[in-house]
Amino acid sequence: MDALTIGGLTKQYRSGVQALNGISLCVKEGDFYGLLGPNGAGKTTTIGIITSLITKTSGTVKIFGIDIDDDFPAAKKLIGVVPQEYNFSIFEKVIDIVCQQAGYYGMSRAEALVSAEKYLRRLGLWDKRQVAARELSGGMKRRLMIARGLVHEPRLLILDEPTAGVDVELRRGMWDFLEKLNGDGRTIILTTHYLEEAEQLCERIAIIAHGEIVIDTGKRELLRRLDTETFVLDTRAPVHTIRPLDLVSFTIVDETTIELTMPHTLSLNTIFAHLAEHGIIVESMRNKTNRLEELFMELVEA
Amino acid sequence: MKDALIALSCISRKETTRIFRIWIQTLVPPVITMTLYFIIFGRLIGSQLRDIGGYNYMAFIAPGLIMMSIITNSYTNTVSSFFSAKFQRNVEELLVSPTPDWAIVLGYVSGGMVRGLCVGVLVTVVSIFFAGLSVYNLFFIVIFGLLTSFVFSLAGMINGIFAKKFDDVSIIPTFVITPLTYLGGVFYSISLLPDFWRTVSKINPIIYMVDGFRYGFLGIHDISVYGGVSILVVFAVILFGANLYLLKKGVGIRS
Repeated sequence: MDALTIGGLTKQYRSGVQALNGISLCVKEGDFYGLLGPNGAGKTTTIGIITSLITKTSGTVKIFGIDIDDDFPAAKKLIGVVPQEYNFSIFEKVIDIVCQQAGYYGMSRAEALVSAEKYLRRLGLWDKRQVAARELSGGMKRRLMIARGLVHEPRLLILDEPTAGVDVELRRGMWDFLEKLNGDGRTIILTTHYLEEAEQLCERIAIIAHGEIVIDTGKRELLRRLDTETFVLDTRAPVHTIRPLDLVSFTIVDETTIELTMPHTLSLNTIFAHLAEHGIIVESMRNKTNRLEELFMELVEA
Repeated sequence: MKDALIALSCISRKETTRIFRIWIQTLVPPVITMTLYFIIFGRLIGSQLRDIGGYNYMAFIAPGLIMMSIITNSYTNTVSSFFSAKFQRNVEELLVSPTPDWAIVLGYVSGGMVRGLCVGVLVTVVSIFFAGLSVYNLFFIVIFGLLTSFVFSLAGMINGIFAKKFDDVSIIPTFVITPLTYLGGVFYSISLLPDFWRTVSKINPIIYMVDGFRYGFLGIHDISVYGGVSILVVFAVILFGANLYLLKKGVGIRS
């Protein structure tokens, strides 16, 4: 079943800005779907329309087959949203914020408390339940918004830049949490600036630019489109010259660092053999940039 | 329907909790202000004035001062709470949920009513101390108290919906409600006015509220109390409808 179907969605703001130019996309139930794009591309507008914070100009949006024009309240019950910016009352207690949200979805106080405990424990916030939200750290506030988005057990969870501004350790922890959620069958849509995050988590990826979907495909198919890749090699001894190799471009960054760009058609063994032949011993190697990032720049700038 | 009622009770609970959490800002200042009114206008100046409708000046102004507290606090609570929810963006918690618009309106309005009526009760206690207030007709005290706080909470909600900055929260109370309240017969009987100004005064809806409320305490009135109830009901229906319309249109809350 399709969790989300968008057809010909347009949005023109009163200021005249055309944020969306008829985008269409489909998210299957159980997908971990990434919506990527530069600032102002239309990601937040799209999410705003799905969650009713922004009114569409034209087009259709269906949540698990329910058209938002026919029965938006029924569609909303199936969605949980974690916005980009903090949007809870900083003066309220953590437990109250989460339970109130459950109440807005029709859960009794008793049901809300059970569900709130489940997610606050899973997100490591149970001990902070009686603390006012303003006293939480940035990472805790992010986790609070995730608990709040999940408390009514939505079938589709939409996260708008969920790990913006959180440290690496916490980000990894959130990735694990989201992967488990998706593993349990929950459909997740993620917008992110961290392309590493999309590459790590998402099975399907759409790239949006200037209000249009540039590409919407599986991650593997997407990465397959990359025809070259750049690596950084650290050598054991100083290197002053490298003999050229067909199809490969070498750059000596400093005495013990080489950068090379090679097509996917070429094997790494060929490179290493070529270097070894000229007495260059490679100690370590890494991708220069995230692969998805390269493709993203290529598609967005096209 | 059950889900909507749960959502409504959640908003009411949240609003009520907020009022009592910051009681030093919400409940204490109006009581202090009204105590000063009683001391200055009632005791110091009022003692020099003659009786109105058979009551000393202190007793005459007491119902009007209670009503003034209900009006300003009902209005202020809803406008500040809803604007604050917009400012902190936590109104989005409600907007993304399936909570119907009528539940959002009634939830916030219930907060305004709780504050307005709580302050009203506290000021009544103060006025009993100063004016030895008695009850002539409890039904009219309750009906005018409830309807007035309902109407002004609805009006505050509309202000909150339109407000874009903090200044917008205080413009209507300062330039509209306060003058209308002062000219609404709190400190005088409109029967003392010349015919022309008595007629003009009847355009002011607050005069009906103060007059009907005073009737409940003292049994004296300048205008028909049933007319006052009818006007309040009409205002309540119009303002409730206006709130629903504005939320449906997304004015001030949806792009």
